[in-house]
Amino acid sequence: MAGHSTYTPQSALARWFESRLPIIGLVHGSFVAYPVPRNLNYLWTFGGILSLMLGVQIITGIVLAMHYTPHTTLAFTSVEHIMRDVNYGWLIRYLHANGASMFFIAVYIHMFRGMYYGSYKAPREILWILGVVIFLLMMATAFMGYVLPWGQMSFWGATVITNLFGAIPVVGDTIVTLLWGGYSVDNPTLNRFFSLHYLLPFMIAGVVVLHVWALHVTGQNNPTGVEVKSPQDTVAFTPYATLKDAVGMAFFLIFYAWFVFYVPNYLGHADNYIPANPSVTPAHIVPEWYFLPFYAILRAIPSKLGGVLAMFGAIAVLFILPWLDTSRVKSARYRPLFRQFFWIFAAVCVLLGWLGAKPAEGGYVIMSRLATAYYFLHFLVILPLLGLIEKPKALPNSITESVLGAATKPAAAVAAPEKR
Amino acid sequence: MKTSMLSRIALASAAVAGALYLASPALAAEGTPQPHREKWTFAGPFGNFDQGQLQRGFKVYKEVCATCHSLSLVSFRNLAEPGGPGYSTAQVASLAASYTIQAGPNDKGEMFERPGLPADRFPSPFPNVQAATAANGGAYPPDLSVIAKARGYERGFPYFVWDVFAQYQEHGADYLHSLLTGYQNPPAEVKVPEGKHYNHYFPGGIIAMPKPLSDGQVEYTDGTPATVDQYARDVTAFLMWTAEPHLVARKRMGLQVMLFLLIFAGLVYFTKKRVWSRLEH
Repeated sequence: MAGHSTYTPQSALARWFESRLPIIGLVHGSFVAYPVPRNLNYLWTFGGILSLMLGVQIITGIVLAMHYTPHTTLAFTSVEHIMRDVNYGWLIRYLHANGASMFFIAVYIHMFRGMYYGSYKAPREILWILGVVIFLLMMATAFMGYVLPWGQMSFWGATVITNLFGAIPVVGDTIVTLLWGGYSVDNPTLNRFFSLHYLLPFMIAGVVVLHVWALHVTGQNNPTGVEVKSPQDTVAFTPYATLKDAVGMAFFLIFYAWFVFYVPNYLGHADNYIPANPSVTPAHIVPEWYFLPFYAILRAIPSKLGGVLAMFGAIAVLFILPWLDTSRVKSARYRPLFRQFFWIFAAVCVLLGWLGAKPAEGGYVIMSRLATAYYFLHFLVILPLLGLIEKPKALPNSITESVLGAATKPAAAVAAPEKR
Repeated sequence: MKTSMLSRIALASAAVAGALYLASPALAAEGTPQPHREKWTFAGPFGNFDQGQLQRGFKVYKEVCATCHSLSLVSFRNLAEPGGPGYSTAQVASLAASYTIQAGPNDKGEMFERPGLPADRFPSPFPNVQAATAANGGAYPPDLSVIAKARGYERGFPYFVWDVFAQYQEHGADYLHSLLTGYQNPPAEVKVPEGKHYNHYFPGGIIAMPKPLSDGQVEYTDGTPATVDQYARDVTAFLMWTAEPHLVARKRMGLQVMLFLLIFAGLVYFTKKRVWSRLEH
């Protein structure tokens, strides 16, 4: 990580400190001098946006925890107390609730960007896998967070999802009892979910450090998928990438603020403003929007265990994605066939999301099954085959050539641009 | 490269849209009609509560709804807070004093009754959920504090996408208004059980609540027509306020945040452009 540092301490104090703990050099090497490909587009700003969202969620979450009470008789009213009586409590809660959705919007864009440009391919397999681990932790965190207000969807969502683990042979029932802390979703469940909801974000932060570490070892992929070959292919992280990230973040914040201030309940469900009632089941139990594609896959399979396996399989398949894609060309720009299948896959994921919100009956079930089959077909059949039959377009010789055109001599083109 | 990518996004979304469109009419028939879209003063980016309307709505709540429905999350003092019905603290104090509050236990361990204070919450008409259920033919009259956010209806594709841009958040309010004005004679094929009632807009059509409002029932002193439609409109606005008491502050801050962010994002963008212009690209 510190390999790129050109940092030399200026003052005596900084020299003294740096010779004992070279942390300034580490930060300088990672976020100032660190070379990034010069052709990154705005899709590469979502890594920074995700770090920002993690920070927002942790800070708003810590403040919310100061006012929230994790007890079945008090949780709902304590959330309403935050909305009504805590100074700017409505703002903090809406930032946190919508922040979770923004986090997932950003992570899905980040993941699809990785798939489009082949960012999971050698040498970035570990980087990708760490990302999938973060995604899993995010899902667990978000799920437990949605339970905390103890509304109808909180309670029934928790009941449906925890029950799924009961389908696991032999240990299923034990796992479910452990999750519940008893024999049904009740106060012990709420208490442990609150505890874990507070713990997991810090685990996410830990894996994010590993993710960034792995990134800084291999360097970033880029829209051409051609690796960095010379210093001319890169620019310094600061000011170039920092400013581009800042632009991405600023526009993302506008998008986020639109939801927080104008449609704060759009992404939620009205039923969660009804206090949890174990004896009244809502007409449709629907998870948060970001789980809908997986929920559709779960319900597409007619057996409980099968559904659970398919749902977890849909995420597990992401772990082996680097080895399922047999093409050595990374970027979809140079893979005419893959590019078409990529967009079909993206459309199928959106379709699955829509189906997840619909009741599991009639035509919806048939469509869910077809879409689920295609989801797995994409990873397990199409991707391995494409690499064998596809004829990729000619790759540029270097990143610089793709930016400036083949006519330009890379070496003479930009000598130390930041000095100008 | 950019145009082809965009056209692919467009193509993919068109494919999804097509699939959704084909699927929705065939599969989404449920029988309950969608509520009417109403015009609300609190809708949109500059939305504001009409104080007169909130005061009238409160009167309807107090004289009609409060007989059966609790409002347990709202305190008397809220009525005098900014962004609400705009009563004075003196008005709220005398209003609170007109209620009797169960308090205690005192030094002797006895519960006692005292006049309400502005800090008290609205007392509930029944001591507990079971008593309320028993007194209302087996159906619990739900607490109304957040009812305007706890009810809604499905908009369906593609309207729900458009709603994000149009800032449509008044599903609950539209539903409440339609429900309160939606009592009618049941169609011939519907059999309404004894003690139940028919309401077109209630999911399933059979509702335990009898028609709560009728023309002239609540006296209005400001010249507003004393009709069911107007009562429904006013009490819905009042319930939107109880559900979202900081709505006005939220929208006002939203405008400030948006203006700040737009200018900030613009400045960052031009700074970035300037710095990147040092590079050939």
